[in-house]
Amino acid sequence: MTAVKDYQDTYLTEFQAREKEFAAGPSWLGEIRRAAINRFAELGFPTTRHEDWKHTSVAPISSVAFQPVSREHAAPTAESLAWSCFFELECPRLVFVNGHYNPGLSFLAGLPKEVTATRLSKALAAGTPAIEQHLARYAAFENQAFTALNTAFLQDGGFIEIPKGTVVEKPVFLLFVSTAGGQPAAAFPRTLILAGRESQATFIEGHIGLGEGGYFSSAVTEIVAGENAIVEYSKIHQESPAASHVGTVQVQQGRSSAVTTHNFFFGGGLVREDLNVVLDGEGASAQLNGLYLTSGRQHIDHHTVLDHAKPHCSSRELYKGILDGESSGVFNGRVIVRQDAQKTDSKQSNKNLLLSEDAVINTKPQLEISADDVKCTHGATIGQVDQEAIFYLRSRGIGKEEARKLLTFAFASEVIGRVRYAPLRDRLRDALFQSLARRARREDA
Amino acid sequence: MLKVKNLRANVGNQEILRGIDLEVKKGEVHAIMGPNGSGKSTLAQILAGREVYEVTAGTVDFEGRDLLAMSPEDRARAGIFLAFQYPVEIPGVSNMYFLRSALNTIRKNRGQEEVDAMDFLALVRKKMKLLDMDEALMNRPVNEGFSGGEKKRNEVFQMAVLEPKLAILDETDSGLDIDALKVVAQGVNALRGPERAMIIVTHYQRLLNYIVPDFVHVLSSGRIVKSGGKELALELEHKGYAWLEDEVAAEHAL
Repeated sequence: MTAVKDYQDTYLTEFQAREKEFAAGPSWLGEIRRAAINRFAELGFPTTRHEDWKHTSVAPISSVAFQPVSREHAAPTAESLAWSCFFELECPRLVFVNGHYNPGLSFLAGLPKEVTATRLSKALAAGTPAIEQHLARYAAFENQAFTALNTAFLQDGGFIEIPKGTVVEKPVFLLFVSTAGGQPAAAFPRTLILAGRESQATFIEGHIGLGEGGYFSSAVTEIVAGENAIVEYSKIHQESPAASHVGTVQVQQGRSSAVTTHNFFFGGGLVREDLNVVLDGEGASAQLNGLYLTSGRQHIDHHTVLDHAKPHCSSRELYKGILDGESSGVFNGRVIVRQDAQKTDSKQSNKNLLLSEDAVINTKPQLEISADDVKCTHGATIGQVDQEAIFYLRSRGIGKEEARKLLTFAFASEVIGRVRYAPLRDRLRDALFQSLARRARREDA
Repeated sequence: MLKVKNLRANVGNQEILRGIDLEVKKGEVHAIMGPNGSGKSTLAQILAGREVYEVTAGTVDFEGRDLLAMSPEDRARAGIFLAFQYPVEIPGVSNMYFLRSALNTIRKNRGQEEVDAMDFLALVRKKMKLLDMDEALMNRPVNEGFSGGEKKRNEVFQMAVLEPKLAILDETDSGLDIDALKVVAQGVNALRGPERAMIIVTHYQRLLNYIVPDFVHVLSSGRIVKSGGKELALELEHKGYAWLEDEVAAEHAL
């Protein structure tokens, strides 16, 4: 029996080849990189024997010799990106292609001048002190091979710092575009967002794949919300059918801060999202929303961790999935309530709509409660479209297919409705509509 | 308008309708009464096209068309409306959007122009007044969080907007207090007309004080056992269903 080759070594070799390049950067970062690559070497790629990966095989990643892209491929034009309804968003944006900053597609007009929104590589080169203070301090790689890999190779991404008390009206958009060239390519986007105390800002992180080819993205975003800060963050996947994306979003919340996160999956081959939110100050609140629409043989895996580390914090989690074809989904929602986190108020819900007989969802809540005065509820549903509702609509003249589409759209709309920035909501509805229309066309074919 | 001949139907292996004959002409209001389990709701739902019931024999002719061969949406577009006994909640779909879609589909079928948003709003306001309904309900998802009475009123409100040819009311009065009942009756009566027919399925006679029927039929164990004028309803109310069963048994003995 031939074992499937594991290309872990490719990364170790590549790291060695880049030692000189990394040595040219700050020494504190060099140390972190080395610790990270060593940890990746020790851990290796996870297999389905690991509890946290038991429903998700990373073979599409580990069995391919991805080359970390050190040179930029041919840059895409604005026209080639126009198909993505998110590209039209009119807000300040930083665009990265295969991990490299693209000034031609980026623009930053309209931001208050106190706000720093730049590429991480530039801020690192400039020795910005906030970076040394915060970068890689929150997203741990002790037990996460992909976070270790990203930390070892981190090249570029967004660095955004919102000073104390600043309110930013328009969202800052970080767009990561992958173009599949001849070689299977890997990219390691890394983003650091610092929202100062009492600041208010919105961030959108999009991952778009051009073409049908495969690529691998290991993306890590760290968000620090200061005391009383109000942050809204959306992550959108509109990736190629053969794309693999393993992402970590790490949120650290200060006292009385309010953070809302949204995660939307509209395309990709294999996507694994780890969202870790630490409520590290009294009275902090977090709202986690997610919507995934899968079809064909797509696989989406959401692992969320809500860590109630301090008292009087509240969290609300709503993830909804619409699964079709032979696609599969995983939802693992872990809520940790620490011993001193009295008066914790946590609600978690995962709802799934299965549109085909072969679609599969694995959903599991995981509650670890160590305090005694708390309110924690969780619930999960898995079902098909409500036949009673379909008949009701048909009895009023609405056709069967139309009724089905209406109900499916309505199911997904609840999550989209929670996005505060109206232009983004509109684009999300467009993407949802396109996705459902594609299904209808497949049915007619 | 409607001719039901020898209709027999099952749900699963259980036979519910055992040969129904019913003829409803334009302008007529027919009441269908009967004890629980007699098949009244089943008849109403089969006319609307509910697929969970299996028709095993008989025909239903609606204005010259074979109704049983039509899909539920085609029946609605042809002018049939069922006011449900237990209206379902549809989260995420607003009353406004739903009703306007339904109205436009039906209008298109009649060769009429679609209604634009402003005209629709005006129409809706007028009908809501008729049924003493709160305008805010229009923006809520269909029936979500509605009380039992509000759901029943929403059914009659939809009927008022869609203006069907044949309106079937399935126990619309069940669970309503006297005030809600009067409002609902008012809405239904406003729709009576020479071109329209109604079938009112009810367990209690009280509704028929307000919506006075032309004909009353009593269903028992899947068959219409007695038909008469509006006095029949009063007699039933007075004497109870048991009396009717005795009467029917007596007639058969003769």
